[in-house]
Amino acid sequence: MRVNLHGTNACGVACCTKIEHVSVSAGMEIILDDVSLHMHCGETTALIGPNGAGKSTLMRAILGELPHSGDIRFTNAHTTVPIRPVIGYVPQTPRFDPQYPATVCDLFLACTSRYPVWLPCGKKRREWVREGLRMVDVDYTIDRRVGVLSGGELQRVLLALALNPQPQLLLLDEPSSGVDVHGLSMFYETVERVKESADLSVLLISHDPDLVRKYADRVVLINRRVVKSGAPDEVLTSAEYKALLG
Amino acid sequence: MSIRNTAVLGDIMQVWYAIVDLLPFSWAEPGQGLFFKNALLAVLLIAPLFGLLSTMIVNTNMAFFSESLGHGAFTGMVVGTLAGFTEPLWGAVVFSIIFALLVTVTRAKARLSSDTIIGVYSAVSIALGLVLATRGTGLSKLNSLLVGDLMSVRPAELLWAALLLLGVVVYWLIAANKLVTISLHRSIAMSRGIRPVLSELIFSVVVAISVTVAIRWVGMLVINALLILPAAAARNLTGSMGRFTLASVLLALICGIGGCIGAYYIGCAASALIVLCLGGCFGLTMLARVRS
Repeated sequence: MRVNLHGTNACGVACCTKIEHVSVSAGMEIILDDVSLHMHCGETTALIGPNGAGKSTLMRAILGELPHSGDIRFTNAHTTVPIRPVIGYVPQTPRFDPQYPATVCDLFLACTSRYPVWLPCGKKRREWVREGLRMVDVDYTIDRRVGVLSGGELQRVLLALALNPQPQLLLLDEPSSGVDVHGLSMFYETVERVKESADLSVLLISHDPDLVRKYADRVVLINRRVVKSGAPDEVLTSAEYKALLG
Repeated sequence: MSIRNTAVLGDIMQVWYAIVDLLPFSWAEPGQGLFFKNALLAVLLIAPLFGLLSTMIVNTNMAFFSESLGHGAFTGMVVGTLAGFTEPLWGAVVFSIIFALLVTVTRAKARLSSDTIIGVYSAVSIALGLVLATRGTGLSKLNSLLVGDLMSVRPAELLWAALLLLGVVVYWLIAANKLVTISLHRSIAMSRGIRPVLSELIFSVVVAISVTVAIRWVGMLVINALLILPAAAARNLTGSMGRFTLASVLLALICGIGGCIGAYYIGCAASALIVLCLGGCFGLTMLARVRS
């Protein structure tokens, strides 16, 4: 079965990430089977499904980390030719080695600049990093080692990182796990703000239906293939949702 | 090497000797202990080199991998000598690069545990080296490669070491950010357009060349320690990349020079004493960290 959110391959809007007929397999096992979906700019698409449904796999295929068949293309208003989008990616809370000798400032500079992270960074660069961290209220962590941050702090640092440079496609892989309530709302408020001001597409993996209802514009239920897609209320009340996750 | 280059190299060495002659040691007198002065210069060149590379070996938990590169370099030297190159180093460098690429690519592609892959390559390489080196002649020729001899450094080799150091510093200026990002989170690195396997391939080639150039001075048995201990000790002291790198390079330099001078008086293998000094530093910094 192939479900296309928009009926045809042509996207109604210019700015669009098109995932078409994407399949991923590991040896004999098929992890994703002919998945097609379009993500529009200025929209949050939530990807839901049971464990092992292939949600993270799809994200890793978009990142180019997994070989896949089918097409993943991105077009925007300025070009009709597919380009490689600027991707911001927030993984599931990673566990960094507590002894890893890099501060948040080091992590930020290593990811976002060409200036060698092992040389003194200078006031100007430091101020720029602080500015990026301030957006998600974690500028106080700038000199802490990345391995000693709490789950919530790390998640927000990684969001600040994902927003620099300004992405066209923001991938959030269960960013709420292990985060306190305050951190959670701050995280999503920031995503909402940036999404509207910068017109980016957001793909969100989440297990939390309340969160999905609150922040997603579209929901795609997958279980190796697209089972159901549409507006949050439509999908979250569907028989397919209840059968798989209810 | 042309006559003109040789003359320039001779001039550079004279400048170095003049500087060392200012030191208040008996071996530092003008015209004395040239072999030892060459050894000291070699240490000044390879210690910062290994101090830098060490930071990434430790951060990416590649200790076992770098050990295998030492084995590859050993076999490379044997092959280089047998292949009849006027300078065995060239053959050795080529062999080591191929070895490093093979291990890295197999690690990336195979579904076997990384440790197993490295172990297999490492063992096969060392066995091949031993078979080739001992064929007909026994073990005697192996000592210089196994233990190394810093006191046998020739000025022409120092020139290569200097160029290598320069190349690695330039490489580090360009590549360190990518390597740090990959070591922290592979997927984040990929989301930013970094190609981890390519970056790791280049890094392993750089390490392989460095190990091959230094193996005649340091010896296969302890060369991996130079790739692990400086950064391992530095990690106990610092929490930021800048200080960590500085501490790693400084520790390598201090222990390198200290070990080299100590070996002159004791009359032992310099590389082994350097490693002991680094091991001591690791122990002390570990204690300091546990206490704090």
